[in-house]
Formats: sequence, C-alpha cells, structure tokens
Amino acid sequence: MHALEKILAAHAERDSVRTGEIVNCRVDVAGINDLYPQAMYSFREIGGVRVKDPERVLIFLDHYAPASTVRQAENQKQFRAFAREQGISGLMEINEGVCHQVMADKGYSRPGRLIVVTDSHTTTHGAFGAFSTGVGATDMACILKTGQLWFRVPEIMRIRLEGSLQKGVFAKDLILHIIGRLGADFAVYRGVCFEGSLISQLSVSERMALCNMTTEMGAKAAYIQPDAVTMAFLKDKEIADFTVFETDPGYVYADDLAFDASSVPPQLALPFSVDNVADLREHLGVPLDQAFLGSCTGGRLEDIEAAARILRGRHIAPGMRMLIVPASKKVLRDAISAGYIGELIEAGCTLVSTGCAACLGTHEGLLAEGESCISSTNRNFPGRMGHNKARIYLASPAAVAASALAGSIADPRDYL
Amino acid sequence: MIDRVFRGRAHVFGDNIDTDQIYPGRYLDLTDHREMAAHCLEGASESFAAAFRPGDIVAAGRNFGCGSSRENAAIALKVRGVGCVVARGFARIFYRNAINLGLPLIVCPRLPEVAAQGEELEVDLERAELRNPKSGLAVPIEPVGDYAMRILDAGGIKPLMLAEGSR
Ligand code: SF4
Repeated sequence: MHALEKILAAHAERDSVRTGEIVNCRVDVAGINDLYPQAMYSFREIGGVRVKDPERVLIFLDHYAPASTVRQAENQKQFRAFAREQGISGLMEINEGVCHQVMADKGYSRPGRLIVVTDSHTTTHGAFGAFSTGVGATDMACILKTGQLWFRVPEIMRIRLEGSLQKGVFAKDLILHIIGRLGADFAVYRGVCFEGSLISQLSVSERMALCNMTTEMGAKAAYIQPDAVTMAFLKDKEIADFTVFETDPGYVYADDLAFDASSVPPQLALPFSVDNVADLREHLGVPLDQAFLGSCTGGRLEDIEAAARILRGRHIAPGMRMLIVPASKKVLRDAISAGYIGELIEAGCTLVSTGCAACLGTHEGLLAEGESCISSTNRNFPGRMGHNKARIYLASPAAVAASALAGSIADPRDYL
Repeated sequence: MIDRVFRGRAHVFGDNIDTDQIYPGRYLDLTDHREMAAHCLEGASESFAAAFRPGDIVAAGRNFGCGSSRENAAIALKVRGVGCVVARGFARIFYRNAINLGLPLIVCPRLPEVAAQGEELEVDLERAELRNPKSGLAVPIEPVGDYAMRILDAGGIKPLMLAEGSR
C-alpha cells in the first residue's frame, strides 16, 4: 500500500484498502472557512444538533478578513455564534490569516493525519505527510454531525523531481511547469506523490507551494514523505504526537513521471487557465497594472523575503501598484521583525491585511476591465480577481517583484 | 428514485469551466438559494440566463467544475433547474457537491459527437447512452457508481442522512 492509502485505512480502522473502494474515515481535523455558512445550514438540515467532535473543528474567518460588506459581516457573525454554541474553541479570527498557513503555523498539519477543509487547496498539507483534501459545505456538515466522511480510495501517481532549481527559479515555477505539461485535469481523482533528489533541498514553504498547486491538476491529495526537514519543522514547534506512514517497497503507481528541475527556467501561467504555461522570458515586457504577492501559495515569509530582496532600495514602476498580503499573523510578524515590510513599503508597496484578500476576487485589490496583474497566487480564471476581462499572470514571488519594478513582465534573474 | 431518462435542450460549454465561471466569487456571500441561482453560469456565458428553461441539460467538455470547493456552483445549477450535467469529465470536489445535492452528473467522453447548442439531448441511464433525437446518433455514457446512485435516488445526501438517522 501507499502511505496515503495507509492513512485512509488507519482512519477507517481497517488493515488495508483498495483503489476505488469507498471507505468511511474518522477525520482528525475539519476546517470550515467563512465562505461556507452553508455548512452550518446543511448541518441543521441533516438533523445535526451537537457537533460530534468540536475539538477537531476549526473555523477560519479568512476569505473575508476583515468583512467588506454587511452580508460578509453577517456570515462571520453566524460563525462566531455557532462556535460559541457548539463549544468550538478553534475559531480563527480575522487577524489569523489564510486557513492553510494558520494550520501549518499552529501545528495542525502533521504527518499521518486525515485533514479535511472546505477549501480546494487543502492538498497543501501533503507537504507534511498528511492525507488532506478539500470538500464542499454539505460534506462538511456530515463530518460535523458524525465525525466521519466517505472517501473513494484514489489512484496514486508519482512525480519524481531530480536535480536542483536554478538561481531565481522556485518551487512555484516547477509546479507551473508540471501543470503546463500535464494539463489541468491530469490528476483528477488521484493522489500525487512527490519524490526524488530535489525534495530534500526544498524548504517546508516550497513543499507547501508544490502540494498546494496539485489542486490545479485536479488532485485529491498530495504527498511528500516526511524527512529530516519535516522533523526539524515539527521539533521546532515541539510537536511529538504524530504517525509517519511509509509506502511499501515495490508499490506500483498509476503513473510514474520524472522532471528535471535543473532545466526549468522561470515560468508564467497566462490568462485564462493555470495550465496555459510558457517560459516567462517569452513574454517579457507585457505591460501590467498590478502585482499581487500573497495567498496560501505565495504569501509566506520566504516569498516576502524574495520580494524584499529584489525591491530593497528600489521603487516600483510609476503607474504600477503592488499588494503585499502576508498569509498569516505569524508571517506578518516575522516579516516585520526581519525588516521586509518596511523595505517593501519604502519601495511603494501596499500592505493589505492578512487573509485571502483579492486572491478570490471578493475584496481588497480587485482588477478593473482590461487591467493586467502578475500574481503569486494559484488561479487565473476569468473574473478570479475582479472583472471578467482582467488578465492574471501567475508566477513566482520573485517574478512578481521584478515585474512590479519594471512595470511589465520581467525576469527575476535580471534583478538578483 | 430519480428518473432513468432525462430529456432537455443542450447548453454547450467547452473544457475547464471552473467554479468561478459557474458561480463568480463576488456573489459568494449570498446565502439565499434563489438569489444564488440567478447567477448560474454567469461567468461562462452571457446568453445562458436568457436562453435557459428548467429541465435543460448543461453539456460540457473536460474538467467541468474545476477550481474552488464552493458548493454555491452546484447549488446554483440545481436550484436554477438544470436537469443534469453531461460532460467529458468532472473535477472531484464539484462532483461530490453535486451528487450530495442530488444533481445528476453524467460522464460521456464522446459527448461532442452528439451535443449541439440548443438541440434536444436524451440521457438514458438504463441503456447507458446519450442520444441526440434529431441526428439519431447515440454514444455511450459511463455508469453512475452505486454509491452516487444511492445518494441521487434518495434526493441527495441530506434526505439520505435523515433517513439513516431515523432508522
Ligand atoms: S489564499 Fe486564495 S487560494 Fe488560498 S484559500 Fe484563500 S482564496 Fe483560496
């Protein structure tokens, strides 16, 4: 069995599971974000009175942090009341940040756990050796009521990453490259396991970016076998309570692919799909209006540091605006202590409150008709960040910073 | 039990119709299902809202419903009155959401051979085929899994859970 299958089996109290079979699993961490009051409504509609395991439930007020409309405020208010009434102590207020980063920061993301969040990018926690996947509101209601959810045991494919990333190239470039090659539906219903000599060279932050974006290939879950880097991260947080599962030798993958990281230059996903990927250099000079640095994909300390390194002592181009959205309170605090935030503000950037912000096109930095934005986020669908005819280019945080300086798409290697 | 044959006019869409197109992010704070349904597929087609009649069929390419986990996308389709969605493939969270709500999703890899904008389509679960009565052409559809069929037949996961809870 694969480690991902072993996690499902353990949570279904079974010795083994088979691909394609449907199993009922006990969920370790169930996260709801503020887009989903429907989870509370559905919970009541299915006869829910008391939440089964309130200590396993987290509520994140992150997508609308802070509320920009009365309706958003009403939705958040209902969540606060629900948490009080159900004894859910894990309500993350609007100052905490994006769900996935908060879960990593606070030690909820651990090897061997079964993590379910009402958010598609829940694949992120595969970076820690967890089985983590996104669901909708009604699935979440079932978890609230029973503590369990049904899962179809997915096929698992492997992507081996060999070599080393070039200077100025990041995990974000690599995953964009992979999605561009394989397509937006290559991994639908599948688990994606990353292996290879590159992995041990990647930080936790880079691993999270990699696993996060497997969602853009349709993946159900991602997985990186916990190693020394994972252990150091957990030790630092004084987390000792977790189980590491290992894939059996000789496990046969549904697909087995390999990529040479050394040969990948900076990448760019062009409007209007994440798999519309090209080498960034082919599009140098495309004029921009906005640069966005943030989200559960590209709003961590390392991402802000990469931008600060490029923008330090310089100023973004006239007519350009650049938004910095730290992914969590911890990221914000660390970025302030390291001096990055001050440097970025001097460089002309706008600091936005921690959370999802304009990543999903609801508030704080929306685009007007015909505007173009380069972004460290994960989606460039029509209307994702504002007007349906605004154009979003996805790239690494370093490329976002370099492009803000130039006022048009630029290669970060020219500024490092 | 749900019908085993669906008939309706086809509204044809391409590949990778994501949830932002099915239900744009700026309406995510709506909670009233009728209000939500008014924005169904607004980001994907400007003519859909005016042309749609309840019971019509949405026919799409690969990876329909990719992107966000927003159940609002499935709710909008269901409450708008879409009879079923036939596509060459579906994204997984959308698939779960739609089945949970009792909205039938049918996988048909050869869909483009029979689906034409505005023309009638017949989805036949019994004979596992998709037909275009006008052209007389029929292509196979993939069977709906037992687990999903059980949920659909109950009218969605909510009635199913209520029934199981009272047993
Ligand atoms: S930052 Fe963007 S992608 Fe991540 S959870 Fe928030 S809206 Fe979704």
